[in-house]
Amino acid sequence: MGTVFEYAPAPESRAVVTLRPSYGLFIDGAFVEPADGSAFATVNPATEEVLAEVGEAGAADVDRAVKAARRAYTRTWSRMSGRERGKYLFRIARIIQERARELAVLETLDNGKPIRESRDVDVPLVAAHFFYYAGWADKLDHAGFGPDPRPLGVAAQVIPWNFPLLMLSWKIAPALAAGNTVVLKPAETTPLTALLFAEICQQADLPPGVVNIVTGAGRTGQSLVEHPDVDKVAFTGSTEVGRLIARAVAGSRKKVTLELGGKAANIVFDDAPVDQAVEGIVRGVFFNQGHVCCAGTRLLVQESVADEVLRSLKRRLGTLRLGDPMDKNTDIGAINSAVQLERIEAMSMVGEAEGAQRWSAPCALPDRGYWFPPTVFTGVSQVHRIAREEIFGPVLSVLTFRTPKEALAKANNTPYGLSAGVWTDKGSRILYMAQHLRAGVVWANTFNHFDPTSPFGGYKESGYGREGGRHGLEAYLDV
Amino acid sequence: MSRLDVRKTYKLYVGGAFPRSESGRSYQVTDAKGRFLANAALASRKDARDAVVAARKAFPGWSGATAYNRGQVLYRVAEVMEGRRDQFAAEVAAAEGRTVARARSAVEAAIDRLVWYAGWSDKVAQVAGSANPVAGPFFNFSVPEPTGVVAVVAPQRSALLGLVSVVAPAVVTGNTAVVLASQTMPLPAVTFGEVLATSDVPGGVVNILTGQVAEVAPWLASHMDVNGIDLTGAGLDAADLEAAAAENLKRVRRPAGPDTDWAADPGTGPMLAFLETKTVWHPVGL
Repeated sequence: MGTVFEYAPAPESRAVVTLRPSYGLFIDGAFVEPADGSAFATVNPATEEVLAEVGEAGAADVDRAVKAARRAYTRTWSRMSGRERGKYLFRIARIIQERARELAVLETLDNGKPIRESRDVDVPLVAAHFFYYAGWADKLDHAGFGPDPRPLGVAAQVIPWNFPLLMLSWKIAPALAAGNTVVLKPAETTPLTALLFAEICQQADLPPGVVNIVTGAGRTGQSLVEHPDVDKVAFTGSTEVGRLIARAVAGSRKKVTLELGGKAANIVFDDAPVDQAVEGIVRGVFFNQGHVCCAGTRLLVQESVADEVLRSLKRRLGTLRLGDPMDKNTDIGAINSAVQLERIEAMSMVGEAEGAQRWSAPCALPDRGYWFPPTVFTGVSQVHRIAREEIFGPVLSVLTFRTPKEALAKANNTPYGLSAGVWTDKGSRILYMAQHLRAGVVWANTFNHFDPTSPFGGYKESGYGREGGRHGLEAYLDV
Repeated sequence: MSRLDVRKTYKLYVGGAFPRSESGRSYQVTDAKGRFLANAALASRKDARDAVVAARKAFPGWSGATAYNRGQVLYRVAEVMEGRRDQFAAEVAAAEGRTVARARSAVEAAIDRLVWYAGWSDKVAQVAGSANPVAGPFFNFSVPEPTGVVAVVAPQRSALLGLVSVVAPAVVTGNTAVVLASQTMPLPAVTFGEVLATSDVPGGVVNILTGQVAEVAPWLASHMDVNGIDLTGAGLDAADLEAAAAENLKRVRRPAGPDTDWAADPGTGPMLAFLETKTVWHPVGL
């Protein structure tokens, strides 16, 4: 089956972005070179073109950034009124809106996600997060954490590559609103929008040292998290690294929030409208190439409608357009890195080897860059690794069930607990499932929606703490 | 001729029953002046694991009970304790080396604390939950839910008030608990178990172990079916226990300072430490 519709290319212009050949670290309000001059390249995963060289922060640079953040905290930010802090955040939100297209294009170039998503989802949510938390800055005494909640101090924040700028906003906006200063490390494959955000901080005249950005890989992150003068650690990423961080901060005063992996069940009952459910399944697992910790990677479909749902799903996947992320018609962009592509390929081989049936949407893959077609495994059982382990790619594992209780047991049979989906027309069943699913976010008759007012975070090994909403403030207050 | 006392055997409280340690071991408990009080069961790794199994088994029922029901059960615990104030006062006085009058005020504070937490059962969701005004056609709300099985290392120096102050906030919200009593003052905790057993608290909701923190707590901290751990009484072992708890990302409540005033208003923090926030979305439309 070929594509249903033929589309002419509709590429977004990249002229709006001016890339510098190299970027330094953003410390104390200025771009500086790493002490030992180390740098690494960041590439466009859709073309393998090197976009820029980026400084690699060592322990000395991290120390410098933490000292700058401490100074800014002590001398400026913790003394400033909430109202003034809030005004800085409103300013930043406005500049993000003004420079939205530039941020979206840069995000797509560096990350490989479709411009349609960076333009319509990521960047608008980033602005919304700053706007939302800006309003909290002078209302903290009404947030339910006592009459005079205090900030923690310096926050060390380490974020992943799947939503680079959005994860930055989830970290920086509440931290600053609560009165903390931050040192943030973006992922090594997607540092560019964080560095553009640093420029936005300069444009907003944010006092030097309130936001510091140190680029680098795991070692940089480790130096930051383990730095003795940070008061707070916030991490989004793999459960494996989350464990290391939880261990590293044990016995310290550092407050920790962790947003980690997931293996969400998306449960489709026989009374669900099939077309809507199929759209939800697609949105659940193929949004952002499946590089989503809360992705609905386990489809639990009621046995009586399994054939119909799968037929409809495969037909729909045949219409998805995979290719140039800068094309405004593209649905599936590039896999973020060669390393991640290898992981997805390896897990798919495991799926086949364990006896599940693999089906991939019939679509041509570009010659250069990192690509993986939307893929569905059927005949998956609960013991299969593709039903238990996070793949973090466009790969769906399909399991079936007969009764609601069986669906619940299967859905909850995982060490993770980040999200879950339910598709049914029966209201009481939605509420029963929502009540009994052990997951931090339950999407009923929808999937993968996010909002700054809506708390997000996991149960069990998906981590602890919440980001978003009033709850998200607690992570950055001494309560 | 005076009557000979009938002494009590102090045992563990696991799954609603009072077993001895499976290890057959016990240890001597003395009063504040070092005089022999009783032999307490010396809990083993196996006892700790049995207690976790009991707590897990009790979790669906207890977390699924209505908040109103949990509140009534906790209030019942306070009622039954009230009738045994003299016994508790004598035990606390002996354990903590206080006068009976001061021990009595600690017992009364413990009872009052239970009443306070009983009242929280059907209020904490209103305080900790929210309706979220998302920018789109969705009904969106957040509710607190219990974390699951919580291990509790009870305070070492406050045998009853400290114990109640860590157990009640964990279970009032629907968690089930495995509690390691004060190592040197375990007897009031065992008697507290007898109160729980006669107060409509379902078996397994609270399990009480007596023994050595250094021996038992590491098994609880590293247990993969324990979801949270309160290290209030863990003292110098706390850092190692927190590191062990990282293996399955347990929620950790760090130890209180040595001079904690257990009589002070605890706030909502002890409850919030073992609550998860669940957010539910549903589209709005015709």
